[in-house]
Amino acid sequence: MKRAIFLLLPIISLVLAGVAVDFASAQTAVPPVITDDQVNAIAHQLYCPVCENIPLDVCPTQACAEWRELIRQKLAAGWTEQQIKDYFVEQYGDRVIGAPPARGLNWLVYVIPPIAIVAGVIVLALVYRAWRRPLPAAKSDGTPADDYLRRMEEELEKSK
Amino acid sequence: MVANLGYGALIITFLICLYGISAAIYGALRKAPAWVDSARNAMLLTWPLVTLTALCIIYLLLTGHYEVEYVAAVTSNSMPFYLKVTALWGGQAGSLIFWSWLMSGFASAVTLRKWDRDREFLPWVVVVALVTLGFFLSLSIFVENPFTRLWISPTGNVVESMLQPAGSMLFTQADGRGLNPLLRHPGMIIHPPMLYLGFVSFTIPFAFAFASLVTGRSDDRWIRVTRRWTLVAWLFLSLGLILGMRWAYDVLGWGGYWGWDPVEVAALLPWLVGTPFLHSVMIQEKRGLLKWWNIILVTMTYASVLFGTLLTRSGVLSSVHAFAQSAIGPLLFGFVSIMSIITLILLIFRGRTLKSEGHMNSMFSREALFLLNNLLFLALFFICAWGVLFPIISEASGLIGQVFPSVAHIFTGQKITVGPVWFESTTGPIWLALLVLMAVAPLSAWGASTAKTLSRAAWKPAVAALVIAGLLFAAGIRSPLALVAFWAIAFVICATLYEFWREAAARHRTHGENLLAAFWLLAGRFRRRYGGLTIHIGVALMAFGVIGIEMFQTETQGMIAKGEQLSLSGFTIQYDDLKLFPTPDGREVARAELSVFKDGKFVTNLYPRRDFYTESQQSMTIPGVRSTLGEDFYVLLVDWQPVSSSGATFKIYHNPMINWLWLGGFVFILGTLVAAWPDREREVETGRVTRRREAVVSA
Repeated sequence: MKRAIFLLLPIISLVLAGVAVDFASAQTAVPPVITDDQVNAIAHQLYCPVCENIPLDVCPTQACAEWRELIRQKLAAGWTEQQIKDYFVEQYGDRVIGAPPARGLNWLVYVIPPIAIVAGVIVLALVYRAWRRPLPAAKSDGTPADDYLRRMEEELEKSK
Repeated sequence: MVANLGYGALIITFLICLYGISAAIYGALRKAPAWVDSARNAMLLTWPLVTLTALCIIYLLLTGHYEVEYVAAVTSNSMPFYLKVTALWGGQAGSLIFWSWLMSGFASAVTLRKWDRDREFLPWVVVVALVTLGFFLSLSIFVENPFTRLWISPTGNVVESMLQPAGSMLFTQADGRGLNPLLRHPGMIIHPPMLYLGFVSFTIPFAFAFASLVTGRSDDRWIRVTRRWTLVAWLFLSLGLILGMRWAYDVLGWGGYWGWDPVEVAALLPWLVGTPFLHSVMIQEKRGLLKWWNIILVTMTYASVLFGTLLTRSGVLSSVHAFAQSAIGPLLFGFVSIMSIITLILLIFRGRTLKSEGHMNSMFSREALFLLNNLLFLALFFICAWGVLFPIISEASGLIGQVFPSVAHIFTGQKITVGPVWFESTTGPIWLALLVLMAVAPLSAWGASTAKTLSRAAWKPAVAALVIAGLLFAAGIRSPLALVAFWAIAFVICATLYEFWREAAARHRTHGENLLAAFWLLAGRFRRRYGGLTIHIGVALMAFGVIGIEMFQTETQGMIAKGEQLSLSGFTIQYDDLKLFPTPDGREVARAELSVFKDGKFVTNLYPRRDFYTESQQSMTIPGVRSTLGEDFYVLLVDWQPVSSSGATFKIYHNPMINWLWLGGFVFILGTLVAAWPDREREVETGRVTRRREAVVSA
């Protein structure tokens, strides 16, 4: 019985190994199905390297169809979204992504808007303060004659 | 012959512009009314002349004079009559003439008004109008001549020239290349004229502001005179933008209406600075504040109109609007700089006379909130301008990197894309703040609003909006951002309706009219205010549509064989057939036939298609759309196999609430029309006074 087991073991293990190999090869032969939606999810974040300002997922040109196919192949090969985006940046430059990476001069694109807003708020606060301060002689400058003139003008306009 | 006539008219108009400018300046400085009148007549003469030029181009386009380069570039034999006419603004050279034609028309119309009280403005208004017109005419004459013809030399070379090169003959082609397919859409036929009208008409308020600066008049006369012009300019600009969005939605085939494309942003810039101007002038009218600021705002609007034209017409950007490219950038840049600098210098000289007459009493007064509106709009303006300019700056900075290699790693000269992600994240909070401000500001009072009075007026609509947001939460909306946005939208609508009701009820109490009659009467009497509030409701409805598509849009794409189905958000499409056929106007059409089911029940058939224009070798994707008030189901034919049994690829979008964007657009335009409508009552009154005077005289 023992001998029989010893004889069977290699056979069993061979069969098992064979099945495992078959299974593995089956896995490599049939790549995972990548849907259009998976491709578009990445393509949407990328810009067509030739037709500027058109997201890759909606660009109708043949070149873009090929780039979308490239994304599909990379996804099938197990690449992550970030890896694919990095690959496109490496190949075609920073312009292929919709928001430039914050390095070098590109920092300005992120820094200037908040600075402008803060500057605007400061200016507005100063204006408010200046306004709240009663103008010296602002009222006395508006002498009755001035008011009178203004009213005259308004009346004239009405009756025209 | 006709080309020569058109070109001749163009040159004469340009010379008349030069004469008019000189006569107006001379007349103003020498106080010689005859010279000013002559300048005004010169201005009036430009319109018929530019009309003649435009008619010459239209004639050439209609009769297929393909020896004219512009005609060959934008028309073809197979194009229908109306498209041949609208091809006038289908290309660079023609659209510049169209710009000039609108400009001279508007400027002529403004010079026809009564000038009794503002005679000192007249020469300077004429100067600004003629300088602007003259500049654009010079572009047409020297850079982008629409009458340039094609000549073939004895050696067989084809050259472009206005005049016949020695020994050459006219090069006449049998057919033209045809209009860019993207422009063969009703939206694109109306969109550019509206946008241009908005652009050129903003020149008028600027011209008056400039005249006010030069003459040193410190009152708000220029604002009162141009109030309606500004509103009309704003109306056309807004209409142009809305039509542009609709065109993009229908034609560009990406399921959206706004892609933050640089050309779109360039058209938005004048609107972003014109809108605070519309609000800010009221502060000057009511309170005598912000005189210099209003001049800055209107100058910025004028400059951004030119800047927008510069961006779209100079080829400095390359984008989907790539059809409008040429090398006129430096000239436009020079012109916009010179005009801005002159105005700035004048502003500095006149600063003393433009001091505020009053002061602000409260941080919660209407004027204070309007100023906040100015800040938010200008923030949007600067962000959008920065987003458009930065890629150009980044690319141009490469020069610094070349000159100073040590900093080449910073100034790489790389062209970058600033896309929707950046624009949406930077401008989103500001749009939201503007919505809230739009709800609150109309409830405040001029001069004396306090935190207490304002909160007393605002709490009821704010709570009502909160209830609406709560209901939306109960209905299953969980996105905090969407809930906040919906709250702000509901706040605007509730606050505006509450304001309408409050005022009608007050009148009902004092005069005993029923509420509807009271509202109608008030709306008729205070058209500017009621028009403005209606615009606010329109904007809120548009915002509702925007939130719907931006936050709740879903999409899917897939290849299906005939008889197979693809589903999204409760909808299912079934691919029934695909037909390929040519059309008489030179298209090869691939048209899919789909059955659409909602929750398992058949609702409609859709026919998304792809048109391939053989002349221009360009294709256009036309979606199949099922539209209801609640949603759009939008299907694109992405690809198909020649053997149709293999299947076709479709992209489906589910766009909730998108139609509120268009509906809001209608309300918006309606409100603007109400606000800008001429004052009949006053005219009646004037008529009555005139009649009374006549009666007195005859007695």
